[in-house]
Amino acid sequence: MGKWWWKIACVAFVLYTVIAGFLMPVPRLDILNETIRNLYFHVPMWFTMIVLFGCAFWYSIKFLRSGDMRHDAFAVQFTNTGIFFSILGMLTGMEWAQYTWGAAWSNDPKQLCTAISMLIYFAYSILRSGMRDEEKRAKISAVYNVFAFAMMVPLIFVLPRMVDSLHPGNGGNPAFAKYDLDSNMRLVFWPANAGWILLGVWIASLKVRLALIQNKREEVF
Amino acid sequence: MLRFAISTLFLLLLSATQLSAQTEMADIMRSNGKIYVVVVVLATIFAGLFVYLFFLDRKIGKMEKEVKTN
Repeated sequence: MGKWWWKIACVAFVLYTVIAGFLMPVPRLDILNETIRNLYFHVPMWFTMIVLFGCAFWYSIKFLRSGDMRHDAFAVQFTNTGIFFSILGMLTGMEWAQYTWGAAWSNDPKQLCTAISMLIYFAYSILRSGMRDEEKRAKISAVYNVFAFAMMVPLIFVLPRMVDSLHPGNGGNPAFAKYDLDSNMRLVFWPANAGWILLGVWIASLKVRLALIQNKREEVF
Repeated sequence: MLRFAISTLFLLLLSATQLSAQTEMADIMRSNGKIYVVVVVLATIFAGLFVYLFFLDRKIGKMEKEVKTN
């Protein structure tokens, strides 16, 4: 409880996105047509995932420095919520691709690289569930989380940009700069990202608080 | 009383539908291929989700207090 203002900001941003995302003017482009509005909903999933994984990375390092089990709870729940948003991002991307690129999966470099980094994070969950000893589990999974984040950054930000890709911003395609993000779209796109990132952090923080309560109860009883 | 209320509501609805059948009003919800209806539906869903999140947040807050006092 306590600090509600950012949750209210989250609600305002996301509701604004849902309303303005449909009603604001967008550039008229062939093939994309009205699906360009998906930019307000598909891309924020990835922004949110990156921020959540970044938080998990931060708390993993904090855990390794302090050995405080609370930091472990933060790292785990931020990673889990990040995985959830990555699945949403992947599904929305495939739905969008089906009707604009002609196929849900076209082995686009960015699709492949994000799929690989998703698998790396899935392995994190499996790794954790395979260990009983809490201290050991926390330590090994924190090390793995640092590795996973260090893999995700080049996989998503660097490699797809070095080869030709269907995604904008890769292989000589302009990114959020020219025709695909005009000044009108920016008015929705950035608030959308802010809103969805706050929503992701909100959900993750709820899960962290539940985990901390459970930990405390187990200590008491 | 209840029967009266229901019948007046029914009559009101009936007259409303008949009115809309006769004349196309400059109603924002019926323009532009009715896209506004979709926007309202989505806004409702998201508003509902946020209400749910707020209540969940409050519930967890209460649990935190319980754990602290124990």
